[in-house]
Amino acid sequence: MAREHKDYEDIPGTFVFDQERSRQGYGINMFCMSLMKEDNRKAFKANEAEYLKRFKLTPEQTDAILRRDYNRMLELGGNIYFTAKLGATDGHSFQHLAAVMTGSTQEDYAKMMLGGGRSIEGNRSKSGKSKSGKVAATRPAARGAKAAKGKSKTRSKARSKRG
Amino acid sequence: MARIIAGVASSHVPAIGAAIDNHRTEEPYWKRVFSGFEKSKEWMAKAKPDVCIAVYNDHASAFSVEFVPTFALGCAAEFPPADEGWGPRPVPVVKGHPQLAAHIAQSVILDEFDLTVVNKMEVDHGLTVPLNLLFGSPKEWPCPVIPLAVNVVLYPPPTGHRCFMLGRAIRKAVESYPEDLRVVVFGTGGMSHQISGPRAGLINKKFDTAFLDNLSKDPKKLTRMPHVEYMREAGAEGVEMVMWLVMRGALDDKVEEVYRYYTVPASNTAVGHIILENKPRGAGRRPAARKRAAARKAKTAKVAKTPARRAAAHAKPTVIRGR
Repeated sequence: MAREHKDYEDIPGTFVFDQERSRQGYGINMFCMSLMKEDNRKAFKANEAEYLKRFKLTPEQTDAILRRDYNRMLELGGNIYFTAKLGATDGHSFQHLAAVMTGSTQEDYAKMMLGGGRSIEGNRSKSGKSKSGKVAATRPAARGAKAAKGKSKTRSKARSKRG
Repeated sequence: MARIIAGVASSHVPAIGAAIDNHRTEEPYWKRVFSGFEKSKEWMAKAKPDVCIAVYNDHASAFSVEFVPTFALGCAAEFPPADEGWGPRPVPVVKGHPQLAAHIAQSVILDEFDLTVVNKMEVDHGLTVPLNLLFGSPKEWPCPVIPLAVNVVLYPPPTGHRCFMLGRAIRKAVESYPEDLRVVVFGTGGMSHQISGPRAGLINKKFDTAFLDNLSKDPKKLTRMPHVEYMREAGAEGVEMVMWLVMRGALDDKVEEVYRYYTVPASNTAVGHIILENKPRGAGRRPAARKRAAARKAKTAKVAKTPARRAAAHAKPTVIRGR
């Protein structure tokens, strides 16, 4: 069967770390990896822009790192397991980063997770082409009857805060 | 002859490790997670494997982006816990089984699995968290563990089918190892979770439940599932569940599901766990079982004179074997 080119690009809110992104983001990920050493963390903290010159980064990548724009870093080839090291250097928990990426507060994000996480319904496909794509039309309110009340509330709240 | 007695699958959420290391296992949130592994620890204490093979993935600890092996077999004598940014986890050094690992490498490469041999490697939470969940927190891990690191970070990971077939090749290798060793294979990671991008926090219980069902009863179905379906349905990072198929491939076609646990969440992830046992079929027992089966057959042949009786004889379940 023929492979559909980058079929995963249809998944909403997702930047798959594929070969192309890996190629582009090598500098971002090597920078993040360097933060595993205490001396490097200190040097970075002392002068971020200067430290970033040690790595092959495009101006967009440098900007995304300095602004801590985690979604943009992923889009430009960063990988979450690497960018999480930058978050740790800033003293942030992983859940904090996840909240930031979803445009939510950490409290709301944690609540959503406790309520069973982000629902797959309505989150499968950008194009609606996915086999189960019909659910894209299902809004959280319509699911309210099925899901536990608290659950759906948390979800819709978390969602409404998304970009 | 060495043989694989069982397979264990378990999530390897880093926060579970942090909860253990920071003595927070009694907090209600974490107690819920750990309570699901009490029976598993009992099972493991009884199973007493001589060696474990742990299929896991590295999370930018041992492997950076400088080189990304698809399958990397740990052939060293020991594997220290990696520093993942907060100092190495306070867990015992993982002792390997270099002889068996070398034998597996030799065998599976000749069976056309071009894996990478690793003689120096630190192991991160991907490997040590499942060990904690099944063995608790002993001073030393009770048996040697051979790490098999699978790339699931850089797309594409190996396909589910490839993973399953590698499991098959590993079983063949284990069964051709002369020493009598009882081996348990771990598949780790999962279940549904996405920790990157605006869709982070995704959980899909329905998918996870079906995955566990199929893993137990119809794993071949899972080997046909494309990556995009894992990523779409179980989250971008949920694709690491392909690693469970290495474990499943190393088992018999028909296995006994002895335990299962599922809970949401541990941090950002759905925790899934299953224990699958191969039916006993030790080398020593096999000829005897065959003899018994032959005796039964002879008996049936004598009895089955009428068509009805013959049909009944055929319907009777005989000894079920994996292969």
